[in-house]
Amino acid sequence: MAISGTEREEFEKQLEAYVGIDIGLEDQGRDPVNAAMVRHWCEAMGDGCGAYTDPVQAAASVHGELVAPPTMLQAWILGGVSMASGESDPRDKQKELHRLFDSKGFTGVVATNTEQEYTRYLKMGDEICAKTVIESISEQKATGLGIGYFINTRTTFRDQNDEEVGWLTFRVLKFEIAEASASSSDESSVTPSRPQRLKPALGHDNAWWWDCVEKDELAIQRCSSCHALRHPPRPMCGECQASDWDFVFSTGQGTIYSFVVIRHPEVPGYTYPLVVAVVELEEGTRFVGNVLDIDPAEVEVGMSVQASIELVDDEMKLPVFRRAQ
Amino acid sequence: MSTETLRYQDVNVGDTLPELPIPLTSSLIVAGAVASQDYTPVHHDKEAAEAAGMQDVFMNILTTNGLVSRFVTDWAGIDARITGVSIKLGTPNLPGDTMTLTGAVAEKDETGNAVTVEVTGKNAWGNHVTGAVKLTLPAGD
Repeated sequence: MAISGTEREEFEKQLEAYVGIDIGLEDQGRDPVNAAMVRHWCEAMGDGCGAYTDPVQAAASVHGELVAPPTMLQAWILGGVSMASGESDPRDKQKELHRLFDSKGFTGVVATNTEQEYTRYLKMGDEICAKTVIESISEQKATGLGIGYFINTRTTFRDQNDEEVGWLTFRVLKFEIAEASASSSDESSVTPSRPQRLKPALGHDNAWWWDCVEKDELAIQRCSSCHALRHPPRPMCGECQASDWDFVFSTGQGTIYSFVVIRHPEVPGYTYPLVVAVVELEEGTRFVGNVLDIDPAEVEVGMSVQASIELVDDEMKLPVFRRAQ
Repeated sequence: MSTETLRYQDVNVGDTLPELPIPLTSSLIVAGAVASQDYTPVHHDKEAAEAAGMQDVFMNILTTNGLVSRFVTDWAGIDARITGVSIKLGTPNLPGDTMTLTGAVAEKDETGNAVTVEVTGKNAWGNHVTGAVKLTLPAGD
């Protein structure tokens, strides 16, 4: 649980002392802007812009000579390999602030926004240094990641003539990591590399239907007494209240009875825009499913569709529909 | 990439940029982190990334910014000057996924021939990056 009461008040008072201060260090670029570091950057990014790596093209361009990619700005002052050790200069107020957050349980950190402006493109030989100010710290916020505080910093970059070449702001969230994700090496807590669909809750009344899907069969439950079809599966007939049932297999042919096109919000694991249709199966009951491989503008009520059972993620099979040939 | 530079007059609000799919590999993520001199362990050390609750190394912000900038200059050409980038970060970029960059011209301002392009980079989990790139283009002949 996040801190509260007097402890929180005292903590937030301590935070106030950091707002508006310079972090106390000037970051001096260890190398002047140079062609080798620019080339490594462009190779990593797959950036073929001649202004960065081709002296002839650069000379003929508006830039007039080789320049560094503007988004590389911060790379000129970052610490390199020493960053991997996690050690920091004891004078660094930004790190001190992060440690203060850590001590109160806000150990998570994630960058959420950055804004940058470039006064001019950097040229080979430019020597860059930077100063960072802690601009603001937000109130305590409840976020999707957990309870925490946003820290805004602004870094201003200057060249060898003490002229500003650009600035950037960073917004970072320091948050209390939710217990479920903080604990456990449990397999199920590790995010899979691809999003998976929500799994159905299986029980006595519906597991048989999903077993059929696993065997590539689209089943429809049928009342043993009045023979009315029903879907989704349930224990009692809505027509005659009988509880005995069997099932038939559907051919998967049907027509669109109604549909919607979902564009927003986008849930991971689906392709958007997503056509979700109520299909009137020819056997006489209705079924909700996605209509694939069609421009949503072409979907119409009454259109003939055909079901097929397919894997929709790494594990789950589901009936999906396509326009009938 | 484009061999010719777009002129300010050539672009219109609503123009879309050619879509750019970026296959996300460990090599790209590590190369981007190293090229940006960002040796924060979560960007090159899988164990460190796992300890931070991720299943693998994930892309650092400078690489995201570098790819966004490339996406825009691939379209705009060598005579474009990028003057600013403003981005919001969402789902992480992880190996095995693909980030597809899309964009469109959102604003034009004759003062300084300035153009704003809105950019989205989407992976299987949702939007990795959304934001805007400001640039200036040369005037037409």
